[in-house]
Amino acid sequence: MNAIQKLGLGLFFAALLIFTASLGLSEHKISPENIQIENEYHAAAFFAAADKLGIADKTYKGNVGFISDVKACLKEAQTGLNLMVEKEGLPEGVSEWDFKIGDWKIKDYVPAAVRSSASGLVPERKGLFLFLTFGLAILGGLLYILPKFRELPGIKHNNIYHRSLTRGLKWNARTLALSLTIIGVLVYGLYYMSGQWIWSLATALVAGIIIALVLFYRGEKDRSPAKSAGPGLMGWFGIVTGLYLIGFYILLYWKPEYITNWVLMVDPVSEKLSGNPASRWFLYGLMYTCIVIVMGIRMIAKYRHNRYQMIRTGSVMFFQTGFAFLLPEILVRLNQPWYDFKNIWPLNYTFFFDWNIKQLIESGGLGIFMLVWGIVLIVIAIPVITYLYGKRWYCSWVCGCGGLAETMGDPYRQLSDKSLRAWQYERYIIHGVLAFSVIMTILVLYSYFTGSTRLGFLDSNQVRTWYGFLIGSAFAGVVGTGFYPLMGNRVWCRFGCPLAALLGLMQRFQSRFRITVNGGQCISCGNCSTYCEMGIDVRHYAQRGQDIVRSSCVGCGVCSAVCPRGVLRLENASADVGTRTDQLRTIHISESEVKLLS
Amino acid sequence: MHIAIIGNGISGVTAARQIRKLSNHKISLISSESEHFFSRTALMYVYMGHMRWEDIKPYEDWFWDKNGIDIIQDHVESISPQDHQLILAKAGALSYDKLIIACGSKSNKFGWPGEDLKKVHGLYHKQDLEAMEKYSDGLQRAVVVGGGLIGIEMAEMFHSRHIPVTMLVREQSYWDNILPAEESQMISDHIKDHHIDLRLGVNLGEIIDDGKGNACGVTIKETGERIDCGFVGLTAGVSPNVDFVRESGIEIGRGIKVNQYLETSASDVYAIGDCAEQIEPRPGRRPIEAIWYTGRMMGETVAYNICGKPVAYDPGIWFNSAKFVDIEYQVYGDVLARAPEEHVSLVWQHPTEDKLVRIVYHRNHGQIIGFNLFGVRYRHEVCEKWLRDKAHIEEVLQDLSLANFDPEFYKEYETDIIKLYNQQTGSSLSLRKKRSLNQVLRFLTKAQA
Repeated sequence: MNAIQKLGLGLFFAALLIFTASLGLSEHKISPENIQIENEYHAAAFFAAADKLGIADKTYKGNVGFISDVKACLKEAQTGLNLMVEKEGLPEGVSEWDFKIGDWKIKDYVPAAVRSSASGLVPERKGLFLFLTFGLAILGGLLYILPKFRELPGIKHNNIYHRSLTRGLKWNARTLALSLTIIGVLVYGLYYMSGQWIWSLATALVAGIIIALVLFYRGEKDRSPAKSAGPGLMGWFGIVTGLYLIGFYILLYWKPEYITNWVLMVDPVSEKLSGNPASRWFLYGLMYTCIVIVMGIRMIAKYRHNRYQMIRTGSVMFFQTGFAFLLPEILVRLNQPWYDFKNIWPLNYTFFFDWNIKQLIESGGLGIFMLVWGIVLIVIAIPVITYLYGKRWYCSWVCGCGGLAETMGDPYRQLSDKSLRAWQYERYIIHGVLAFSVIMTILVLYSYFTGSTRLGFLDSNQVRTWYGFLIGSAFAGVVGTGFYPLMGNRVWCRFGCPLAALLGLMQRFQSRFRITVNGGQCISCGNCSTYCEMGIDVRHYAQRGQDIVRSSCVGCGVCSAVCPRGVLRLENASADVGTRTDQLRTIHISESEVKLLS
Repeated sequence: MHIAIIGNGISGVTAARQIRKLSNHKISLISSESEHFFSRTALMYVYMGHMRWEDIKPYEDWFWDKNGIDIIQDHVESISPQDHQLILAKAGALSYDKLIIACGSKSNKFGWPGEDLKKVHGLYHKQDLEAMEKYSDGLQRAVVVGGGLIGIEMAEMFHSRHIPVTMLVREQSYWDNILPAEESQMISDHIKDHHIDLRLGVNLGEIIDDGKGNACGVTIKETGERIDCGFVGLTAGVSPNVDFVRESGIEIGRGIKVNQYLETSASDVYAIGDCAEQIEPRPGRRPIEAIWYTGRMMGETVAYNICGKPVAYDPGIWFNSAKFVDIEYQVYGDVLARAPEEHVSLVWQHPTEDKLVRIVYHRNHGQIIGFNLFGVRYRHEVCEKWLRDKAHIEEVLQDLSLANFDPEFYKEYETDIIKLYNQQTGSSLSLRKKRSLNQVLRFLTKAQA
């Protein structure tokens, strides 16, 4: 590492520190000038409650105390209004919903209050902090990455397992992390579903069934020990990174009020693009895009001897920047619906939600086109392109999740679990999620067309809320990205993504895509398996000279890139795929060639 | 029937797996080196931090039990073929019905002064890797003696940890007893590009003792120059690890002598892999070929022989591969460092990058003889078919795209290679086909008919 790279790392960590610290660098005050509540009953009740609690006109340093007081105050106001209705009834001509403060309304009021009341360092110097965080981080990242272009081209995996950031977890620590995460999600799910325990219970039940199926039905209990995640190795820096990412996603999805300062910071960018102040999703999109671009440059530097990797990385950078980030913001500026043209159902699980369909139809010509486009992608693009090129056309060339995994996630690809046991889990879980997403969508569409939210014992609103929480947020975000340094960069794509499952089924049964093996040249070294982010034991096939057709393969091409003997090649051709994949090929002697000597 | 296999390297393990596929015989796999099979060629990647130890094990640990292959972690002290018995260091006597010796090689030592000091190791066994790991802490310089495939691996290993390395190579250019001049030069340059201190045309004088039994430096025989170092790697080739077999009465040359069915002079005893020496090697082949691929082929062959389907060992057309730091190398057929008069070479080299293709053919009748490939990947099956069919050089060149195995979007150089041939011979050939797997498969199946 040269001095410029050290400076780059220094700048990056400084930016990260400022970014983290900036969460606390604002002041808030509870006063009618700072907190606008349009509903007059709610406003009156709120400020009355503030007086009662003695927090009116109080100034807070940082937003934590403020948020808890505002919440308490809103609760107080809610109780007050409820009592009023009980005692005096509703005022003339006002509906109960307008008068009372619903629980969901509190969830809306809190972030709005934090935003509108914010003053102090970050809220008043958005541009400066944008530079000190995003600016410095990008600059630092580039200073660290760009000198890599001067290194000799070739595979750059030296010391990956010696680094605390990238060496992964001990097997038992990983099990602990997974168990705690699952329990945490299910417990938080109780709160998220307002105490309706059936959703967490049903999920726990399904998880139990899957574990039992894998261990007993698939016989994994007898295949022990399963290939471990690395005894004796423990990367503390990786664990801290994982926790930071997990924390980020928890705040982003479920406690957005606490990251208001981050959202405020990116206001200037949002205003330039769409004309609107930033939302947390804009913040997320901007971060995501910056990371994909900077880490994409790193990926290109790392694989600049490999044109497949360079072009593919360029593609994910383009689709993230153009399709996922800029185009939707420009559409908003033109008063059109926010729409990501490359996001396909069922990954884009809200596509068939009533509000989305309604919004698209109401937006006229372009909206209708978007609706039709989304359906055409599902019905025509997915089968046709997947037939021609395999699921890689989407998963490692276009998709945003794939884009992040292939850029920011590249340093962690070796941490995916290659055991047969992991594969068994993978198949049950990912197809389970696919089934869940299909059932959820059918229910939602049923409600859309019939107007009734109930079908049998299921309530489509609750099903979709739970799906959004469990799959859309917890799995795709918290686990999907938070687990990069713990279980590899494709945890979501491998175990959870319903679109990947769908594309995978087509790839497995009806596609020209496969990886061919170069005769008998394999030396079983295991670089291919180690660096397969989808946890495919590529070597298992390569050492038998057997072509590889696997539903999970996203065609990133890294197995082929890291092979020291040039044994693997990604191909689009269906000829002889049956004999070259199904049959267990021996390298040297096949049964038919054995001649019995007389 | 109880089949005992000495050695759990690629040869022994392939034999065990194939026997299991063909039969229900009891199989014992004996090794004191490691509990489970690992890929010897991947040892370097563990040191370099590309992989963990468990990643270089091709099969999960439960595999052996599941497949009824008994693992015995023990050291074989001696063999008595008359009694069908092995003597193990820990467990004592073990009877067998058939014995497969697949005990591999050991690193060569040529009687250099100091060669048995501590901190002097080859790179072959798991224990060598452990020693390198152990002595790397605070290591200021390592010296690698010998310029073959293992030597460059060892140099690359130290280099990956930013430990300065000096390579002492006897030849005038890297591996020039195997590689033709252009290739050898390219690799020599590449080694230097990585700032590895490559000393050509020098021999090891002695390894210097620090007074405590550790190596602390070497001298160069020719110049007397002393190089201080904390580790000496001996990588001047390997030879069969057969000392423990000597007293068994089994016939031994440099290796354990075997006939074409891989049978030794003792009944029910077979030898395969690095330790086997063919009594009658196939034309053009060496009696001992200590490489991964032949070990695997012998493993398969011996399994068929033991399971009652006698088949002669046929290594087929020579192929091998390696990687010289960043440059991949594949060879198919005969490409000799000092080619006979009738071998003509078409050598194409990339003007700026480390890529080279050498196609060797016969001067008189144009038959294809061999391919040397550096930084370019060719299909094994296609090249093998051309070689087997003794295809004409011009046929090969016109269909050269069939052989291209580089990843998608890579620049294809077949046209350049043909242009070069046309320039050199005054022909006017051009490519007949585009790169396509379907075409390749059609071409290959045509061969079988």
